Amino acid sequence: MVTSRLSTEPLELAARLLELAESAGADQADAVAVSSTNASTTVRKQQIEKVSESTSRSVGLRVILDGRQATVSTSDVSDAALVETVQTALELARVSEPDPYAGLADPTEQARNAPQLALFDERIPEVDGEHRLAQALACEESALGADSRIVNSGGATFSTSFSSFALVDSNGFAGTYADTSASMWVEVMAQEEDGQLRNAGWSSSERSLHRLDRPEDVGREAAARALRQLGASKASTCEAPVVWEPRMAAGLAGIVAGAANGEALYRRATFLAERQDSEVASPLLTIVDDATLANRLGSRPFDGEGVTTRRNSLIERGVFQGFLFDSYNARRLDAASTGSAWRSVGGLPQIGSGNLSIEAGETPPEQIIADVDDGLYLTTLMGFGINYTTGDFSRGAAGIWIRNGELAEPVQEVNVSGSLLEMFQRVDAVGNDAQWFGATSAPTLRMSRMTVSGV
Amino acid sequence: MSDSPADVIGFYSTQLGVDEAAAESVLSSALGRGGSFAELYFEHKRSGSLSFEDQQVKSTQASLSQGVGIRVVEGDAIGYAYTEDLSLDAMRRAAETAAQIAHGSSAAEPVDVTADSYPADRYAIASPSTAVALSEKVDLLRRADDAARAYHPSVARVDASMVDEEKRVLIVRSDGRMVADYQPLLRFNVSCLSEVDGERRNARWGGGGRMGMAYFDEHSPESLAEEAARQAVLQQEAREAPAGTLPVVLAAGDSGILLHEAVGHGLEADFNRKETSNYSNRIGQSVASELVTVIDDATLNLSRGSVNIDDEGEVAGHNLLIENGQLAAYMQDRISSDHFGVAPSGNGRRQSFRHSPMPRMTNTYMTAGQDEPEDLIRRVDYGIFCKAFSGGQVNITNGDFVFSVTEGYLIENGQITAPIRDVNLIGNGPDVLSKVTGVGHDLEMSDGRWTCGKSGQSVPVGVGIPTVLVSGITVGGTQMRPGAGMSA
Repeated sequence: MVTSRLSTEPLELAARLLELAESAGADQADAVAVSSTNASTTVRKQQIEKVSESTSRSVGLRVILDGRQATVSTSDVSDAALVETVQTALELARVSEPDPYAGLADPTEQARNAPQLALFDERIPEVDGEHRLAQALACEESALGADSRIVNSGGATFSTSFSSFALVDSNGFAGTYADTSASMWVEVMAQEEDGQLRNAGWSSSERSLHRLDRPEDVGREAAARALRQLGASKASTCEAPVVWEPRMAAGLAGIVAGAANGEALYRRATFLAERQDSEVASPLLTIVDDATLANRLGSRPFDGEGVTTRRNSLIERGVFQGFLFDSYNARRLDAASTGSAWRSVGGLPQIGSGNLSIEAGETPPEQIIADVDDGLYLTTLMGFGINYTTGDFSRGAAGIWIRNGELAEPVQEVNVSGSLLEMFQRVDAVGNDAQWFGATSAPTLRMSRMTVSGV
Repeated sequence: MSDSPADVIGFYSTQLGVDEAAAESVLSSALGRGGSFAELYFEHKRSGSLSFEDQQVKSTQASLSQGVGIRVVEGDAIGYAYTEDLSLDAMRRAAETAAQIAHGSSAAEPVDVTADSYPADRYAIASPSTAVALSEKVDLLRRADDAARAYHPSVARVDASMVDEEKRVLIVRSDGRMVADYQPLLRFNVSCLSEVDGERRNARWGGGGRMGMAYFDEHSPESLAEEAARQAVLQQEAREAPAGTLPVVLAAGDSGILLHEAVGHGLEADFNRKETSNYSNRIGQSVASELVTVIDDATLNLSRGSVNIDDEGEVAGHNLLIENGQLAAYMQDRISSDHFGVAPSGNGRRQSFRHSPMPRMTNTYMTAGQDEPEDLIRRVDYGIFCKAFSGGQVNITNGDFVFSVTEGYLIENGQITAPIRDVNLIGNGPDVLSKVTGVGHDLEMSDGRWTCGKSGQSVPVGVGIPTVLVSGITVGGTQMRPGAGMSA
């Protein structure tokens, strides 16, 4: 397959759509175009289960007419379809209502010289089906071969993708970037003596191939996690310290970013409203959003409105630093864009994070566990039990019970709950073992107390 | 009027140049290296959304998504490719990519495609919402906004939206079958925030179905908005939820999410073919209390989860999954029905042409029992009553499932007493279903607000249940019950 690293096609498509919108009478407009090629191979029990490969492209347009805005997208990029898209957008805008805050980003905040963020691995477009197959096979083989009690598999998948994104607006901004990603995932089942199965999965996901974990290591980790759940039972209902393994702690960073969403602030739908510059967490906790890290999945040179991306501190030693904004919500709340707009072809910009990091602490994870007499080492969370407005947290869980400072027996079918603000305040140990999971990095964390519901 | 299947076939032929001859040509490329089966799934979807906040229209959106997904099956393995470009060249290239799964050197026999007809009457609607003037929809949103604000002085914010789509699908298979369907879908949402002395509580409500504007004849925007406002205001009085294993009474309707998680996913045949479900190899065995009969039914008129045909071109059906506690059948797609040697059950569904199909639920419900709903509450000394939910999840292999309650109450001495804060419940499928000790006579289907996710694909579904008493589920609150103990 032939591809060009800086494919001009999305940029040309977006520019063409913008030109049509401007000549049809839009006061302001921006257009986005995305092209991506995704390929993946799934094996199960060492046989091919699915092979897929496709290239997809689509365009989206936002128009503003007398302060009224509308967005339209299409996957039909013929010129006739683009003309129709513009007409639809203008018709929709006419029946919308004026919004004084609607508008494009401030041109002075937009990226002039996009930084080089190493988002594109030249090797990825060259990866062929045989390589994907070999990686998926190796990953699953190592999981299946890890122990005789590993008896079944949910499959292993290796996928690669490369894409380019272009944004142009009627203030003269025109930007494009290309990026790549590769990921692998495996799930296997360990068998109890009574025949019941315990499953676990593991994955690795990166911008470039050289950063991916080795397939054998991903497979072994999945197997180890399934095996250590053998014999799991419910715990008793109690209040206890909870140790969050790094992958679980990474989810907490996502919760903080969700609560720090400037649109949620406008809607008063976040427990962080009115808490800017106040202490919301233990002084051990520092959380950063940064879309400028080289070679990371959450990085990009400019955001979905062309605004230069940056590092945004969310929590600094327990103190909440501020909300993430796109330019629309920033205008509504008299704040500034933080370069946090994400733009899909199908709608208005939405606020989101880049790479999230919970800063590593000083304590070795073994010590964090050793200091617990009786508590839960949390390895799995289930369900949607987070209320961002009130901060109530209640989710299904599984893990390993800690007794006298040691990981003792596995537990499952329990629930962990608390108020998020109390939970963040109760962080009393942060590990020195920060690890990346996709676009998030986190270390082991301990909370001094949560409610564990069980028998 | 909505399109008939013949209209959809005509649409593809005249508007997009996709006819029998084009399909035959693409299928021959798909089977160019052998392969036991191939299928083309064409999709043309127009969708729109309108959102309303701060008492005015905030945004209007429209989108067009069209393309074809091409699947080549070789044994249990599939090759998949899609393209948004419906030119013959582009489709044949995608077909050649999908064909790589097969390793034969010679092509299969040419396919002779014939349009098939079937009774497509689950959601033939008079007035598709996609054809209605935007101003009419804005009026509905404004009425909802007014009603929510009028409900209670503490209602500080209202956000309302309406989303609709019309999807024309055309499925052509290498066995020569060509079928089409027109699938409308509408959803109306209201979100309310109640604020009292800085204490904020929120709730969402909404509904819809495979319906046009007639949905609002039976569900006024006011009633949907008042329900969202009622739930948000109620939360101001909510206490901490209890922690521990307690009896739970599930209200009729949305509590069907319990079935969706506790047994629904585990009975999807792909997991059972692979023996990764906790229900694998258990057909004919007892998996629930004798009071429990569960059905997956794609044939309910106008329901969000209904389909005339599934996304593999099979006529969708009414499938008995559990009968009086005994496991009767799995939900099948083409590959799994071949594996089990049974007829496809019409459960092969997919999110879009960019996705390959797999066994999925449609509308899943428990049939009515004999009990008076009030009696089920009276039978509980200390437990909770659950009415509204935000979502659920299941681990297929070990059977653990969760669902999150957003409107719940304490039951004390047989009476509903105080509302409780949001709480998650966790149980194990067969264990919880064996603890069903009472089933009401009041089966109710949820209004159309549920979307099911599996392996990264979302599809609209329905759930339903009568009032049900479960003698014990783990309730994940924060309030330690007196006497519940502190030891681990």
